Amino acid sequence: MLETAVVILPLIGAAIAGLFGRAIGGRGAQVVTCALLGVSALFAMVVFKQVAIDGQTRVTELFTWIDSGAFEFSWAIKLDTLSAVMLLVVTVVSWLIHIYSIGYMSHDKSVPRFFSYLSLFTFFMLVLVTADNFVQLFFGWEGVGLASYLLIGFWYHKPSANAAAIKAFLVNRVGDIGFALGVFGTFALFGAVGFEQVFAAVPGQAEATFTFLGIEGHALTIICILLFIGAMGKSAQIVLHTWLPDAMEGPTPVSALIHAATMVTAGVFLLVRLSPMFEYAPVALELVTYVGAATAFFAATVGLVQNDIKRVIAYSTISQLGYMFFAIGVSAYGAAIFHLMTHAFFKALLFLGAGSVIHAMSDEQDMRKMGGIWRRVPLTYGVMWIGSLALAGVPPFAGFFSKDMILEAAYAAQSSHGALAFWLGIAAAFMTAFYSWRLLFMVFHGRPRATPEVMSRVHESPKVMTLPLIGLAIGAVFAGYLGFEAFVGEGRVEFWGAAILVLEGNDAIEAAHQVPLWVKLLPLGMGAGGIALAWIMYVRMPAIPALLATRLRPLYLFLLNKWYFDELYDWAFVRPAHYLGRGLWKSGDGAVIDGVGPDGVAAVALVLARRASRLQTGYLYHYAFAMMIGVAGLITWYIVSHL
Amino acid sequence: MIPLDLITALPELLLACLAMALLMFGVFRGDGATPMVLLLSVVTLVVLIGLIALGPRGEGVAFDGLFISDFYGDFMKVLVLVGSATAMAMSLRYFEAEGVVRFEYPILMLFATLGMMMMISANDLIALYLGLELQSLSLYVIAAIRRDSLRSTEAGLKYFVLGALSSGMLLYGASLIYGFAGTTNFETLADVFAELTAAGHGPSLGVIVGLVFLLSGLAFKISAVPFHMWTPDVYEGAPTPIAAFFATAPKIAAIALLARIMMGPFIEFVAQWQQIVVVISIASMVLGAFAAIYQTNIKRLMAYSSIGHVGFALVGLAAGTEEGLRGLIVYMSIYVIMNLGTWGCILCMRQKGVMVEGIEDLKGLSKNHPMMALALGIFMFSMAGIPPLAGFFGKLYVFLAAIEAGLYALAVIGVLSSVVGAFYYLRIVKLMYFDEPVEAFDTPIGREMTVVLTGTSLLVLLFFVVPGPVIRGAAAAAAALFAG
Repeated sequence: MLETAVVILPLIGAAIAGLFGRAIGGRGAQVVTCALLGVSALFAMVVFKQVAIDGQTRVTELFTWIDSGAFEFSWAIKLDTLSAVMLLVVTVVSWLIHIYSIGYMSHDKSVPRFFSYLSLFTFFMLVLVTADNFVQLFFGWEGVGLASYLLIGFWYHKPSANAAAIKAFLVNRVGDIGFALGVFGTFALFGAVGFEQVFAAVPGQAEATFTFLGIEGHALTIICILLFIGAMGKSAQIVLHTWLPDAMEGPTPVSALIHAATMVTAGVFLLVRLSPMFEYAPVALELVTYVGAATAFFAATVGLVQNDIKRVIAYSTISQLGYMFFAIGVSAYGAAIFHLMTHAFFKALLFLGAGSVIHAMSDEQDMRKMGGIWRRVPLTYGVMWIGSLALAGVPPFAGFFSKDMILEAAYAAQSSHGALAFWLGIAAAFMTAFYSWRLLFMVFHGRPRATPEVMSRVHESPKVMTLPLIGLAIGAVFAGYLGFEAFVGEGRVEFWGAAILVLEGNDAIEAAHQVPLWVKLLPLGMGAGGIALAWIMYVRMPAIPALLATRLRPLYLFLLNKWYFDELYDWAFVRPAHYLGRGLWKSGDGAVIDGVGPDGVAAVALVLARRASRLQTGYLYHYAFAMMIGVAGLITWYIVSHL
Repeated sequence: MIPLDLITALPELLLACLAMALLMFGVFRGDGATPMVLLLSVVTLVVLIGLIALGPRGEGVAFDGLFISDFYGDFMKVLVLVGSATAMAMSLRYFEAEGVVRFEYPILMLFATLGMMMMISANDLIALYLGLELQSLSLYVIAAIRRDSLRSTEAGLKYFVLGALSSGMLLYGASLIYGFAGTTNFETLADVFAELTAAGHGPSLGVIVGLVFLLSGLAFKISAVPFHMWTPDVYEGAPTPIAAFFATAPKIAAIALLARIMMGPFIEFVAQWQQIVVVISIASMVLGAFAAIYQTNIKRLMAYSSIGHVGFALVGLAAGTEEGLRGLIVYMSIYVIMNLGTWGCILCMRQKGVMVEGIEDLKGLSKNHPMMALALGIFMFSMAGIPPLAGFFGKLYVFLAAIEAGLYALAVIGVLSSVVGAFYYLRIVKLMYFDEPVEAFDTPIGREMTVVLTGTSLLVLLFFVVPGPVIRGAAAAAAALFAG
């Protein structure tokens, strides 16, 4: 009952705000959605205590969805530690961001619509994390994609927002093809789509093979890779990452909730949920490691040179998601979820802090036009420090516990891909610290670079925005310390229970506790080095960045243009598709199908009609002749056909 | 046996006597009595409807097998009477406005109606011809009733000459049949043919050729292609209420007669005549659909529309089954209602006292006369066969029957031509609702028009709510013919 309320309340809120937004007004929509979500978050805490701490895992079946032969499953709420953690994170973060949005969106014209979408997103996310079968998960998966599309394009009068929304949708489609194929493959192999049935059958099918695209391969590996492609799309991993930076076109609370804290981590959640399958597909895990490590490194390099405050944080998000994936790749699922949780707090904090800055700077997002405002916005400044410290992995902030655990697990995996991930992760950690403090210094310190009018209006945000910041800051400070023992420490086996499966000999977290001291200290040193370098370059000797940009111009441009991924895709996919579509439209559809089909038929009909009308001459003898010919014709035809 | 015969043919006898009495009344009172004659004529027809529906039922044959009375005939006669009575009721205002009031035309319509009832009840080739000619001769005259109008007289003359030609064909066919079968009575013919079939012989060529001639003669009456050419000219030339009459009652009677012959004595040879009917049906549907597209005169358009509708009705006949006959009857019932309503609207097309007939004159009707536009819109959608209006069900039943009889090509062509036909029906709706208004029509349209338009449009609109009576009635009528 409780868990049903957790899931349904946001939907009710979304429906009320969306359908009756006009009637209840902006204020009414805010109150309704925030109140319902607050209740939902409260219940989620109770559920978390019951499930994760008291161990009352359960599956609540709501009603049968499809029952067609072996294809049989229900709408259900599966509660184990994994989904309980996700429920807690999603509802609490979402609730805080709802409250923040009251202030942030106060000047917008369509407040009810915004809150309706935000609550709708929360509902889909909860459906996703509580699914007990692949199809419901896919429903939630597509639902959050829809909400993401709607919210990125929330300011639909901006062409860039529309383009970003469409891009996000299309890139996710690519991943979703993989996901859908993976689900089909699962059903083909196991004859079921319920997690319990599938997971129980996995050991029996560990050696099964599939023929896919003419190549015979290990069935579980193929399925897992296909599902991973879906996760790559949703979680913006390298190759399918291009939509996430553009998604910053949406309002900042959306970036914080959907594109940092929750939706983009759905891929991580998926893989952890499917750990009983991935554990039997070591090749797929290896691929996950490579992709995750490459993403962590790639996104961090791009983050170094971006000038848009939200884009810096967006690339940071991609990079951190990369960490989570390579943690999964070395079977450190607990560490991945741990980082997911801490990241949700400090990254939402950073985004909302950035939103507060943007708010203060009269909607300016370019860091080159900021600077020197830290005295005017002390609270924002403070929480940005906390967020950055957590992100850089400085003890005792949250990121320290989770990120170090991931790096240690990668090292401890004792495999070549683990080692690669470790070193790329270390490099990324250095860059993370660097760009985080670059951001802090550029935004808050130095000479003010904004116009005097803008500077004169710089002000701290209202309480309704700062209170959620404080709430998230508390999470960013304490979540790591509090969660460490249960998520990845000694209590982890008991904590996770049956939610995560790690095969004998794969337990990287166990090994991570025995790594040499230098492995534990190296990330710290890297963080400190990155902060120091940022201080030198942006406070001490501000001439260096410009000098470097000129000296290493090719490299600088390469990074600034995000490794030219967008240009490459434009050249390889967008343009050919455009030409193909245009060609099919003009010559295929227009000339052939319309020409022969509708237009052609219509033209022929008109010609026939004119001829038929012309038959009617008005002369009596023509008419009589037609009758005689008619009767003669009928008789002739009859006789000929019956001879 | 004579008194019993009189009971059997009571409605016809009553109509004949009353028509002659009204003729005398008119002759002695002059043209000034026309409204009274007309009123009495309508009352007569209504009384006959009541008599047939409720009166003493003398089922069976009469007059030595020349005349038959059965439920099939009764059903079709009611349709004919409804058509005649409504057309007559709608005509008075027209003739008064045109200043050509003549008491003869209601009388002639009564005689034509009598001829139609005789046709429906004909049980012999001779009786068939008598009924047909009584009807035709009356119609020739009323087509040309405006003898000072060039177009009206031309229409009457064309109709007469071509009608004479078709009568010749029909008679020639009848004589061939008599020559090869040795009888003119339908029941005896049926026995003869059944014996032939039982003996393993097919029909002789002479009988079939005779049947084709007979069929051609009747096809003229129902204006099926290629015997349709008189229709647009006559509809356009004849006075509008007369055209409305032409489009409804005589079509029913001729179709009823055709079905009685084909499904009666000649049912044994369904394989032989089916292909002929299929050809006529296809040709009518296609021509009705295409030729109407270019028409600018609404009366000509309705002429082609009626050609198309006859084609659809013949689909049911072509099936050659009881279901097909039921479909045919349902189709004709709905056809009568739709047509009466549409012609009612056309009769209201009057600007500053002058009748107009151009389709363009309907532009923007919805702004000037919303209720009339709504009614005409309903009829157009129904004729186009758009669910849930009545016209859709008419088509549905005939196509179902055709598919059950295995005539897939016929059904497909029928559906396609109904798509083409939808174009010109919907164009009228477009003109009425989406174009800028032209001059408004005169008001008021008159109480009898209001009643007719309201009644018919409600029937068409709400048919799908209670289709039972018509469907069951048609099924019973079809069963009556097949059993007999």
